[in-house]
Amino acid sequence: MTRRIGLAIIGLTVFAAVCGPWLVPHDPDVQALAQRLAGPSWAHPLGLDELGRDILARLVAGARISLGVGLTVVSISACVGILVGAVAGYAGGLVDTVIGRVMDVLLAFPGILLAIALVAVLGPSLTNVVLALVVIGWVGYARVVRGQVLKIRELEYVQAARALGAPVWRILWQHVVPPTLPAVTVQATLGMAGSIIAEASLSFLGLGVQPPTPSWGTMLDAGRAHLFDAPHLTLIPGLAIAMLVLGFNFVGDALRDRIDPRAT
Amino acid sequence: MVRFIVRRLILTIPVLLGVATLVFALLHLVPGDPAQVMLGESAAASDVDELRTRLGLDRPLPAQYLQFIRGVVQGDFGTSFRYGTPVFQEIAQRLPNTLQLALAAMSVAIVIAIPLGVLGALYRGRAIDQAAMTVSLVGISMPNFWLGPLLAIVFAVGLGWLPVSGIGDWRHLVLPAVTLGAALAAILARMTRASLIEELRELYVLAARARGLSQTRAVLRHALRNSLIPVVTILGLQFGAVLTGTIITETIFAWPGVGRLLIQAINFRDYPLIQGCILFIASTYVMVNLLVDLAYGWLDPRIRYE
Repeated sequence: MTRRIGLAIIGLTVFAAVCGPWLVPHDPDVQALAQRLAGPSWAHPLGLDELGRDILARLVAGARISLGVGLTVVSISACVGILVGAVAGYAGGLVDTVIGRVMDVLLAFPGILLAIALVAVLGPSLTNVVLALVVIGWVGYARVVRGQVLKIRELEYVQAARALGAPVWRILWQHVVPPTLPAVTVQATLGMAGSIIAEASLSFLGLGVQPPTPSWGTMLDAGRAHLFDAPHLTLIPGLAIAMLVLGFNFVGDALRDRIDPRAT
Repeated sequence: MVRFIVRRLILTIPVLLGVATLVFALLHLVPGDPAQVMLGESAAASDVDELRTRLGLDRPLPAQYLQFIRGVVQGDFGTSFRYGTPVFQEIAQRLPNTLQLALAAMSVAIVIAIPLGVLGALYRGRAIDQAAMTVSLVGISMPNFWLGPLLAIVFAVGLGWLPVSGIGDWRHLVLPAVTLGAALAAILARMTRASLIEELRELYVLAARARGLSQTRAVLRHALRNSLIPVVTILGLQFGAVLTGTIITETIFAWPGVGRLLIQAINFRDYPLIQGCILFIASTYVMVNLLVDLAYGWLDPRIRYE
């Protein structure tokens, strides 16, 4: 049930992000200052923001940013994580120790603290947000993959491939990495939720997407100044973030239950 | 136990050194000249040179690194560019506020999570379990930078029961603590449920029931206590998430803590203060993890011999 709700939320968001610009008649950047902070109406179903811009149009444009950042961060992090985790787990010894120490140091920074630090010094921009989230994101995948590879490398079919003289890259690519992919998929689904929240958090703190580019985090930040006179500025983008994150968490949870029923 | 403690302490040193190295490297990741960036494009060349010397940026990199590490070991995180005071002093001034908020948030989380988790475990698979777990998943999904303003709209703006922001009596603490504690409550509730389900399968619970104890008594007196060991561990490990959460929560509610100090430092490009705050939060996280590990080794002797 929750999986279906999750898929429906994600599907709706993807549809809005892809088709939204054709469905919403307003430009997300066009200002109507005379009508600023206006509430919902037929012309503007979600109202107008502090500069008189259509909130629905900005929400749809923001969906592209959120999904785009999520997909980019998850894709790059998963690729790096799989590669590093597989090499560490398969090689063992000094390679594993060195990679393990690097991961320990990165994991010593809780949550998005390191991302905040990196964006703080590199400067706020969408590219730097993606970079910072990849720097903290790959470790999770590497841990999952390394843990699995430690078991997989001892299996007979892997030893057989080694005995037949298969090169290491082929053993990893064809025999060791594929069995780790279900766990990576769960991690990636939950990682989408994490990346979306992280991007919104950084944008909310003024460290992510910069105005006037519409992002759910910056919309929420701008709405904070109007909690008293126009609470819809805060409610709507926040609801969008929460729903999308919930959608990915629902799907990620359902996938995990299917892959590891003991977790339920 | 002593050997276990010593081994864990020794293992922590390289991690702390790595953290300090990464924090040191931050200043050198600044695009361009950090001194110029801090003072702005229009600053006089002499001022930039003077700041560069003050920050030690004119010295060779290894010398800068050694000086930085030596300072960190001695508790000297440098001088704040904005305030002109030692970074350590700025952090120490705000630390009690952050600790107060973090502890209040963890208390809120425990009070919400344990009953939810117990309900989920006792009514496993039934509507009440699904409702409890859905509530917890909603809690995990709800970002604190939305929950905070949402609570402020309802309880401060709408009902007028609580202040919107600032620090003062206990009423100022309620909204930030609930905002910060909600996600932790959700995680703890799921952990309590999973752990209690495992524990309910144990024979001693069956024995308790066979002795005539009611289900409620068997759960609350026996199973719940044992199921809380991993929950306590998670609580300790989640302290890091709470610390990071304070950055956003303190910003939303204008709570004068270390998290808000970090964001202010970023806005003013006060790099020594940024480095100090990041290093402080990360080191605190490492040390709390160490304490959790030691506590776990004390609670469960098998861990010590692994």
